[in-house]
Amino acid sequence: MANVVELPKDRIAQEESQSLWRITIRRLMRQRSALFGLSILSVLVIVALFAPVIAPYDPTEVLIGKEDVKKRSAPCIHLLGCPEDQPQHIMGTDGNVRDVFSRIVFGARISLQIGLIVVVIASTSGIVLGSIAGYAGGWVDNLIMRLMDIVLAFPFFLLAIALVFVLGPSLNNAMLAIAVISMPTYARVVRSTVLSIREMDYVEASRALGASDWDILFKRILPNAMPPLIVLATLGIATAILDTAALSFLGLGAQEPMAEWGTMLGRERNQIFSAPHLVLIPGIMISITVLAFNLLGDGLRDALDPRLVHNQ
Amino acid sequence: MIQYTIRRVLLAIPVVFAILIVTFALARAIPGDPCKAILGEKATAESCERFTREFGLDKPVYEQFIIYMSKVFQGDLGDSIRFGRPVLTILQERLPTTIELGMSAMLIAVVIGIPAGILSAVRRNSWIDVTTMIGANIGVSLPVFFLGLLLIYIFAVVLKDTPLSLPPSGRLSPGVTPIPFYEVYNLSAEAGSWRLLFYDFLAKHYIFNSLITFDWPVLWDASKHLILPAIALSTIPMSILARMTRSSMLEVLGLDYMRTARAKGLTERTVIFRHALRNALLPVVTVAGLQLAAILGGAVLTETIFGLAGVGLSVYEAITSRDFPIIQGFVIVIALIYVTFNLLVDLSYAVLDPRIRLD
Repeated sequence: MANVVELPKDRIAQEESQSLWRITIRRLMRQRSALFGLSILSVLVIVALFAPVIAPYDPTEVLIGKEDVKKRSAPCIHLLGCPEDQPQHIMGTDGNVRDVFSRIVFGARISLQIGLIVVVIASTSGIVLGSIAGYAGGWVDNLIMRLMDIVLAFPFFLLAIALVFVLGPSLNNAMLAIAVISMPTYARVVRSTVLSIREMDYVEASRALGASDWDILFKRILPNAMPPLIVLATLGIATAILDTAALSFLGLGAQEPMAEWGTMLGRERNQIFSAPHLVLIPGIMISITVLAFNLLGDGLRDALDPRLVHNQ
Repeated sequence: MIQYTIRRVLLAIPVVFAILIVTFALARAIPGDPCKAILGEKATAESCERFTREFGLDKPVYEQFIIYMSKVFQGDLGDSIRFGRPVLTILQERLPTTIELGMSAMLIAVVIGIPAGILSAVRRNSWIDVTTMIGANIGVSLPVFFLGLLLIYIFAVVLKDTPLSLPPSGRLSPGVTPIPFYEVYNLSAEAGSWRLLFYDFLAKHYIFNSLITFDWPVLWDASKHLILPAIALSTIPMSILARMTRSSMLEVLGLDYMRTARAKGLTERTVIFRHALRNALLPVVTVAGLQLAAILGGAVLTETIFGLAGVGLSVYEAITSRDFPIIQGFVIVIALIYVTFNLLVDLSYAVLDPRIRLD
């Protein structure tokens, strides 16, 4: 008899836990702006994956002496009436006579990688520190959270500049600096979830059943922090791409000849009067990419909001 | 309220302390000889020896920190490598540009962002709401450095030779010289005195100076130069404020007391402006305070693009010339401004919301 009652209950529980994610996806698909963001991202991911196939040139190849093309020449598209005897560069060439289109295509790779790597470093360290702080409590909690407060006491971007200045300008250091500075947000979210869940009856029950601290933390408590973390991470990718590009623009991030959008824009910023395509194209690419992650993040926030799930 | 103020001010002390520790640690984290790192590669053995003695580099770390701290509290932020002058003097000269830029950016963000957010919430799902939210999404995604260049492209390249053309760089057109207010009003101050320094600091706020001396041509010229950088810098805070105001307003509009207010027969205008807005704007105040961080960080990019000789441009120049004292001094001062500003925001919040004080 007991078995008969137990089975359906188990199945219901399973179905509900599945449908929560299914509801989330269904709600996400219903939002036009999130879908728009998702489709931009799909295109960018495809471009990044197939960069060597799409790009007609090597992104760092200097074409001087190889082709009859001047530096900083305007876009030339044969279909739009550019003379056939001129080599086709659909986004023109830059100050070192490199094909801008190829650099933009490979730049998609670099920007997406930057976003992902920064967020992975920031969120993992934030999750670890936040969990320890929330679970251990006492002086450990105090120490970790005060350290996080110190980071937040500085204007974000200025601290990043100071850190990279000290570490030495390079893309890796720029990414590290942005990761360190965005870490406290993750730590705070995780800590507050741990604190509020730690004392709940079902956690108490697991403990009574002999579950280890590790199991309780990772299997019982942390899953509750996933929805806000997913939203934070998606929006975090947007910020990471934006801020790393800004550091590169200032010469603190990616260095020449790397095809990074922020560096490309920064190197040619004075050409806004003579060769505006060198500024406008990378700028538009950064904006579109950041916009896509922001739209997706906002969509996820609405889709994952538990207050709204019950209204379904 | 007094008790709350005291407690909140006391809480800011460890933060200030932490800022000093971080900037102190930054100087020690530069790889290589600390003397060369701070005085520059060209430092001679002589000046290095003097530097070592002055900063106690041969003493234990905690003593070094005490020396460093006492210097900072005396206003000694070291000398710039590039200019060979005290960092504090350079700050005194350059801060007004940044203050004027930052304040106008904040003003634009608040004056446009908050009403746009209110309107979106009140006319939810209307075209106003949709346009505002699309605008806000694009606004937070546009990099400051790109938007700045885009504005230069539109107003100084495309619209060049039209009445809408705006200057792409600088604070004033060549030939335009503001007359400091202390000269106009014959306020006497001895050369080199603190009073003159202070007057001069105020007078370097060109818009403020031209306003109080009724110098309209300079006011017009300075405003024309300021408008593009201010817009570039204001976009991100403006978008964030609009979204924050909208969601906060929507939350308040759904509360029971709003129905009560309407049921009492109050006009829609009274309901929204007298009853909803007061509560909805509370969280917005905090967010507005935090936006100062975006503005101070964005100032580095904006001033670099528009060639405005403010604190931000100094930071950029210091990056390219590896001028550490400038970076360190400016980080300290800007972080202190940020902490002070947030302290004021917290206090104003407590004035607006009695619940905070009782906590």
